[in-house]
Amino acid sequence: MAYPPAARSSPPRQPSVKVILTSADLHRVVDRIAHQILEKTQGAADTVLLGIPTRGAPLADRLAARISSFEGISVPVGVLDITLYRDDLRRHATRAVGPTQLPAGGIDGKRVILVDDVLFSGRTVRAALDALGDLGRPASVQLAVLVDRGHRQLPIRADYVGKNIPTALAENVKVTLAETDGADEVRLHGEETPS
Amino acid sequence: MIRHLLSGADLDADTATQILDTAAEMAAVAGREVKKLPALRGRTVVNLFYEDSTRTRISFEAAAKRLSADVINFSAKGSSVAKGESLKDTALTLQAMGADAVVVRHPASGAPHRLADWVDGSVVNAGDGTHEHPTQALLDAYTMRSRLGRLAGLSVAVVGDVLHSRVARSNVLLLSTLGAKVTLVGPPTLIPVDIAAALAPGTDVCYDLDAVLPTSDVVMMLRVQRERMNDSYFPSAREYARRYGLDGPRMGRLPEHAIVMHPGPMNRGMEITPEVADSPRSTIVEQVANGVSVRMAVLYLLLGGNNR
Repeated sequence: MAYPPAARSSPPRQPSVKVILTSADLHRVVDRIAHQILEKTQGAADTVLLGIPTRGAPLADRLAARISSFEGISVPVGVLDITLYRDDLRRHATRAVGPTQLPAGGIDGKRVILVDDVLFSGRTVRAALDALGDLGRPASVQLAVLVDRGHRQLPIRADYVGKNIPTALAENVKVTLAETDGADEVRLHGEETPS
Repeated sequence: MIRHLLSGADLDADTATQILDTAAEMAAVAGREVKKLPALRGRTVVNLFYEDSTRTRISFEAAAKRLSADVINFSAKGSSVAKGESLKDTALTLQAMGADAVVVRHPASGAPHRLADWVDGSVVNAGDGTHEHPTQALLDAYTMRSRLGRLAGLSVAVVGDVLHSRVARSNVLLLSTLGAKVTLVGPPTLIPVDIAAALAPGTDVCYDLDAVLPTSDVVMMLRVQRERMNDSYFPSAREYARRYGLDGPRMGRLPEHAIVMHPGPMNRGMEITPEVADSPRSTIVEQVANGVSVRMAVLYLLLGGNNR
């Protein structure tokens, strides 16, 4: 039964890591999204940014900081934990519930912009929309993501996209941020066979 | 995560802290427009109550409903238990109905432990005889943490009928796990010999309430059950109230920040005077509200994921 490793028919797969966005790229992308929000919302009046943990929350803070430095507008920021609204709760061990913090003015009648790091299946955003519906009634909901990697499983699209990255399903997009991981970077982890 | 919650001793410090942290998030739901979460949709929670209870049963029912679980209330009165059905047969009936969790209150100590062997779902002890009541201990710990900001290092005096109190037993176990120091106070007839050593080393026993008050951060008054008043554990109700009842002057001897707790239902004028029960230091109403949040956290952590 025990074959020596050299006797395998196919060569071993090597994990590959490609940097998609460096720290400087990431800052430019956040700046651009902040400008786009200002443009599309005509000055971000009645707008609330809600970050989806883990990494959507610091991204929402950054967007608000950039919008404030560009136009001197302070946009309320909150955090929306979607754990209890996930559709895969029963497939995993119980997940820890994180905090949800809505801005003081609430979300009723506001334009809510959901902020997340990676848009993939769309299931997180679906859960976030359900959670929003239980928290109040926004006038409209938009979605801002740092990376759109495709492979949607639900009819959901983003209004603001930092970067579109075509990926294979087996690949993995990893976003790290200074606030949560110590450094800003977006990497694509995948498998490739050496030629 | 644990599968059943039968005893305060089932919880280590990390799990207990996780329950309290989750309860803090669940508490936010009470202030929302839609007081409901979809986390337990399609799950069935059975409230199996062999003893009368208002607040615990309603609290569990509200908790399960806020998490969107289906709730079946079963009370022994008017059921086949009154016709002589055994606990095991009732358990098998619930099992056949597909109960994901059974919340059980029973006059016999240890009944939830037996039940846990017979059903596939999670069993939550909602009070068994004179044994344990772990969710009450959790909500008490939650209330102390939210009022005083911490549990580690707190001095907690548990005053009254410790002998018959499941609340006291669960609180000693849980609070000592979380680093608080518990002192059991009451007449010698109502504090079992060696209980401190048997439950949690480090627990003190004191027969003089006035000696304990100046150093207590929390005073938890236990109910003196009416049916015990004629059992000669103490000479008379008036003497008990004089020596172990918490009144205004005694409350004045507590440190500035100290809080007064009571698991309810209270005997006003017996273990606690109305002046104390209705004072800002009393957390009695808060405890009821916190009970729902804590039980939501327990049900979510037991049933929310695939923990089998």
